[in-house]
Amino acid sequence: MTVLNSNVPEGLIGEKWENHKFSMKLVNPNNKRRFEIIVVGTGLAGASAAASLSELGYRVKVFTFHDSPRRAHSIAAQGGINAAKNYTNDGDSVHRLFYDTVKGGDYRSREANVHRLAEVSVNIIDQAAAQGVPFAREYGGLLDNRSFGGAQVSRTFYARGQTGQQLLLGAYQALAKQITAGNIELHTRTELLDVVLKDGRACGVVTRDLISGEVRSHSGHAVVLATGGYGNVYYLSTNAMASNVTAAWRAHRRGAFFANACYTQIHPTCIPASDEFQSKLTLMSESLRNDGRIWVPAAFDDTRPPNEIGDGDRDYYLERKYPAFGNLVPRDVASRNAKTVVDQGKGVGPLKNGVYLDFSAVVERDGEDDVRSKYGNLFDMYERITGENPYKVPMRIYPATHYTMGGVWVDYNLMTTIPGCYAIGEANFSDHGANRLGASALMQGLADGYFVLPYTIGDDLAGRLGETPVSTDDPVFRDAEASARSQINRFMSIGGTRSVDWFHRELGKLVWDYIGMERTKEGLEKALVEIPALEEEFWKDLHIAGSAETLNSGLEKAGRVADFFELAKLMARDALDREESCGGHFRAEHQTEEGEAKRDDENFAHVAAWEWNGPGSVQTRHQEELAFENVALTQRSYK
Amino acid sequence: MSGELDLTLQIWRQDGPHDEGHFETYTANGISEDMSFLELLDIVNEDLIQDGKIPIEFDHDCREGICGTCSLMINGQAHGHEKATTTCQLHMRKFNDGDTIVVEPFRARAFPVIRDLVVDRSAFDRIIEAGGYISVNTGAASDANLTPVPKEAADASFDAAACIGCGACVAACPNSAAQLFTSAKLAHLNLIPQGQPQRFERTESMVETMEDFFGSCTNHGECHEACPKEISLDFIAFMNRDYIKAKVRNRKLAGQT
Repeated sequence: MTVLNSNVPEGLIGEKWENHKFSMKLVNPNNKRRFEIIVVGTGLAGASAAASLSELGYRVKVFTFHDSPRRAHSIAAQGGINAAKNYTNDGDSVHRLFYDTVKGGDYRSREANVHRLAEVSVNIIDQAAAQGVPFAREYGGLLDNRSFGGAQVSRTFYARGQTGQQLLLGAYQALAKQITAGNIELHTRTELLDVVLKDGRACGVVTRDLISGEVRSHSGHAVVLATGGYGNVYYLSTNAMASNVTAAWRAHRRGAFFANACYTQIHPTCIPASDEFQSKLTLMSESLRNDGRIWVPAAFDDTRPPNEIGDGDRDYYLERKYPAFGNLVPRDVASRNAKTVVDQGKGVGPLKNGVYLDFSAVVERDGEDDVRSKYGNLFDMYERITGENPYKVPMRIYPATHYTMGGVWVDYNLMTTIPGCYAIGEANFSDHGANRLGASALMQGLADGYFVLPYTIGDDLAGRLGETPVSTDDPVFRDAEASARSQINRFMSIGGTRSVDWFHRELGKLVWDYIGMERTKEGLEKALVEIPALEEEFWKDLHIAGSAETLNSGLEKAGRVADFFELAKLMARDALDREESCGGHFRAEHQTEEGEAKRDDENFAHVAAWEWNGPGSVQTRHQEELAFENVALTQRSYK
Repeated sequence: MSGELDLTLQIWRQDGPHDEGHFETYTANGISEDMSFLELLDIVNEDLIQDGKIPIEFDHDCREGICGTCSLMINGQAHGHEKATTTCQLHMRKFNDGDTIVVEPFRARAFPVIRDLVVDRSAFDRIIEAGGYISVNTGAASDANLTPVPKEAADASFDAAACIGCGACVAACPNSAAQLFTSAKLAHLNLIPQGQPQRFERTESMVETMEDFFGSCTNHGECHEACPKEISLDFIAFMNRDYIKAKVRNRKLAGQT
């Protein structure tokens, strides 16, 4: 086991980034055009990074598997984006945002990164507003803020319930501007298949054109992965259908350490699945818990419609167990308790797989119109999906996978353990620890892309002036292409009987049952038997129809699901080795008497970063020790 | 609790841009009314794979009505018959047992078919690249509250910015015009103070790029009817006004309103 060097600069927490910016080497403006940078992914992190790098003068090649950069799943983020602007005069500051994020992450993130995130958060709002992002405003024309979970100040900027959409359009338009300026080469409907190294350094990527099936190489001086999280390993999640771990995973297989794979976030308020063929789960904003009361029937097998169950026969279990916070306990606590009652057989709905979120009290108190003005669009969306009217009938909700805090390990400069290869946004592991606070994902994606990577990448490139990119005719590219093609041929020639969706669904069930909201040693050990068994069947019985030389979504998915199998095993191993509970990782063996997550700071205040040892071998676990010099570690309690 | 439907589907199959294409008829029985339309296609595809046939390609991603990837003409209507709803949010309870449903790709010369129901909508990106942005490099922005934006302007800008770029407006238009999309993207920026310096240059460039790809608007209003985000026709009038201004205005005086 080696000790990982995070390259965190010396100095006081508030001075590290400032000092680092000064001490980093610079590339002179005229020399930047001599460098080519590959950016994979066009969500908030990728689009903002590509636009910013090309504005600086770098030549940038951008890849997305979507038909347009604007489709990336950042677009679906509803709530908002945090920034320490203190426009509301309620005592917010960079230090408070830093503190809340470290605490919210259950003390498993790197202090220096989080502080930098809080520092640049204010610049993001300025940048987005200047781009024309239509944030909500007060009547005086200034920006409006609201409060969000895990904070006692109002620091969340928002654009109705579509903040992610509007921020992504801002970044996408900045990208479009640079495409017009001729500084960006955009490749749409193109998927990454491999990261290529020469002499231990990233020198390019191998991609597949999803329309023609062409496999080809692209070289550059640096490779940036901005490819999002891996929540789709659960099959059912709030992620988009095509969201996947492939780019991050292929980098992992080439030497990038993968960190904290077991840190996944389950969002408590999603619409439960209606049948076996459910393809994804839809989030209902967390804000609903401000006015809705969560309950299940007190008796088992109470099949009466909710309106016929009297108050005495209902169990408002969150209000009962957590009188102080009630229905507003944090995400992980709300999720776990829903699972407990459903597992007890008290679930509601045709599949008994949900709990009620009841608005009758607030409708009675404030009237339907008032509730409509607050939540109208969410209620409409719920009705469109379920056919039930939540003004009259309680909503049915259940937790679903929403975000993954784990990801590719990066140092303070956002560089992975492969020199020249960077990971930004949800794809990396760095800022959210074991649990991400609401409205922090947009902040981190844009911080990395607009304000961190454009500085740190120069420090590494400055010393490489005059180096020409490795030719795509070089054997390293030829070999990587050959191995990508051979995997495609392997998929096409299995000739089994089952669809890739079938395997993905079955894998998702295992991951959800064993590495979901609550993990046990026994369950994780089972996962490490059952997942490899299913994986073996996948490679024997998969059937891919059609050809590899045309658009073939089954073939695309096969590659992604193959990577999810390997990831799932790492998640189980990571969860098994982390003998504590923290944030989104809840080990049933490690809980307080009240059933809350019990951390073990003495033995686990570290990042677990896994090194690939080749197919069939178990990865090696490395540790990065986390030092908390500015925030005191405490036990969370919401009683 | 939930009902089931037996359906006949006539689905457009086309091997590539140069293939003629044709309808194939499929039956789908026992379809839960809680399914989304795309989940219906998932099931048809599962059956096709089981039968050793080639599944139907269709565009989709977020399945929550925001990414704009899904498309489809369903019984001749873009995103189907439910108002203000994308195909991914259209649920089978809106259909009847025994229905025959005709499914085609969005049809427009500017949206060539790639395969089956998948079309190429990259002409929309060309319109944005023509000027659908505010030129502000990263780091150059001043404090966000230095430029107040009247709430009404911010709200109107948002109404335009809600466009998801799905292309239903073009598919629904008898002329395959892209006025609703272009005007929404343009109004989003032209309505707020930050968008003023490039307002007329942007307008001219975006409108003329639009005309390189798409047909002309003759005020049918089908675009608005089909729009899953109910983008208003008023933005088209706004765009037309700005385009005329752009043609006559001396932009050297743009700083003096």
